[in-house]
Amino acid sequence: MNVGLLNYWVVIFLMMVGFYIVMSSRNLIKKMVGLSLFQTSVFILYITMGKITGGTAPILAQPGTIYSNPLPHVLILTAIVVGVATTALGMGLIVRIKESYGTIEEDDIQTMDREQ
Amino acid sequence: MFAEHLPILQIVVPLVSAPVCVLLRRREWSWGFALLISWFCFGMSALLLQRVLQTGTVIYYVGNWAPPWGIEYRIDAVNAFVVFLGALIGSVVLLYAPRSVAAELPGVRANLFYTSLLLCMTGLMGMAITGDVFNLFVFLEISALSSYAMIALGRDRRALTASYNYLLMGTVGATFYVIGVGLLYMVTGTLNMVDLAIRLEPVLMTRTVLAAFAFLTVGISLKLALFPLHLWLPNAYAHAPSVVTAFIAATATKVAIYVFLRFFYGIFGTHYTFEVLHLDMVLVPLGLTGVIVASLVAVYQTNIKRMLAYSSVAQVGYMMIGVGLVSVTGLTATLVHMFNHALMKGALFLAMGCIVLRVGACELEDLRGIGKRMPITMAAFVAGGLSLIGIPLTVGFISKWYLVLAALQRGWWPVAVLILLGSLIAVVYIWRVVEVAYFHEPTGKTAEATEAPLSMLVPTWMLVGATLYFGMSSTFTSGVARRGAEVLMAGLAP
Repeated sequence: MNVGLLNYWVVIFLMMVGFYIVMSSRNLIKKMVGLSLFQTSVFILYITMGKITGGTAPILAQPGTIYSNPLPHVLILTAIVVGVATTALGMGLIVRIKESYGTIEEDDIQTMDREQ
Repeated sequence: MFAEHLPILQIVVPLVSAPVCVLLRRREWSWGFALLISWFCFGMSALLLQRVLQTGTVIYYVGNWAPPWGIEYRIDAVNAFVVFLGALIGSVVLLYAPRSVAAELPGVRANLFYTSLLLCMTGLMGMAITGDVFNLFVFLEISALSSYAMIALGRDRRALTASYNYLLMGTVGATFYVIGVGLLYMVTGTLNMVDLAIRLEPVLMTRTVLAAFAFLTVGISLKLALFPLHLWLPNAYAHAPSVVTAFIAATATKVAIYVFLRFFYGIFGTHYTFEVLHLDMVLVPLGLTGVIVASLVAVYQTNIKRMLAYSSVAQVGYMMIGVGLVSVTGLTATLVHMFNHALMKGALFLAMGCIVLRVGACELEDLRGIGKRMPITMAAFVAGGLSLIGIPLTVGFISKWYLVLAALQRGWWPVAVLILLGSLIAVVYIWRVVEVAYFHEPTGKTAEATEAPLSMLVPTWMLVGATLYFGMSSTFTSGVARRGAEVLMAGLAP
């Protein structure tokens, strides 16, 4: 099945949605959701660029077989680990922010900081 | 044997030591171990720099896999200098750390803190040493994640929000970087820097490369805090623990500037970056605006750490002006200022750490007459401040001299005038501290303050001494910087 550039359009859509959420949302958890979406779109970008139509996995390929490039997939495994670590750390920070401020709304936090 | 594997040991030793450090539960042991490792790294980086200066570029294949398949560590005068800088600051800051950490982070397990510091150092040195663009991303995230964790340890709860915002912007910057690298991989099929530079040449005019260029510019500029992408920086520096601020302020932005240089001078090449796309027409105005605006904002800060943070944004502006002047002199100015600024900002933040230890605050109004109670610490602050202004006999003068020279060589005298104006504004914000510290009687919090302990004064004065020494004898720093500048101007493609 030939999907043309569909994947790339999906990547751009997800990337922009994620980025918009990071910038516009005032809730710290929602920002993390946006950030994860933004990072995930890049994973799809990498995986898409490695795929060749009709290509198989490069496992002991006979000479002449068409196979997809495995390197972008490997790279993205690393990027996924980084993404998980970032999300975990971000969530950890949100927990501590909730403990010390009692809220995770950015507007409330800013008002509290200004009063201090 | 040892000398041959120096490039990889530089990274592997601190990386493997970090988990070992977790196991050392006693405060003194974990500190001693981290200190030992950092000085060992410093020794290795000095050897590496010496070797690069003697024999030229050092090339190392990780796991003996030849590039472009394997990861290549490629060390020339530029990154040897940056690695040396990172290791130097790391070892001095660790020497300073124990008293400050015990006082500022009482509830924190020291072994975990020193582990994060070692990881951050590994990440920064790894970013500088590697010749593979994806490997660089991994190191970038190692250093970034550990610095978010360390910034969040600040005593004030605002450290948490500062760290969170840094995490958001840092991740966006790093993701932009990965998008750029992905797009470059799409058209070239390689991640090795030299190979990229060669293979990009015929396809530079494609839209994919143009998009990659844009993503990389914005992504790296976010990491190096180029005005107006600096918004994460002031709060992160102001609320982090003193030791962390000193380490990150002195190294993190410098390494990001190195990455910027490597990409736009090395991989894309000066012709494409500056003659076809005219990136200098963006960098110089933004750099100048950064210098003037951030310096003016610094004048109005009441928290001294925040003031110094805004001053850092201004200093990044100076460095980016040097990048945008596209000449050997301009790049020499940038490289020499990277080193010099690390010394003086390190010294200033370490002096602030001494004050925080004894007074417990770094608000300007709490420091009345501190110069009479802590004369040695404040003398270090004043020496660092003079260097920030650019008084002759300090390192700041050397950097500004090269920068003004480069601006005049290009015939842009208004740029030179604005650079000097920036120095004049620095006089104002440093003077505000000096006035409060020396021309008021000690009252309130400063009344009972005593001089900081020797274990903190010695490292502070090591950096101050270096700012004075390299200010009077700049043959070493400017010599290395000039060689680095020549390497950068030549580009990576043979």
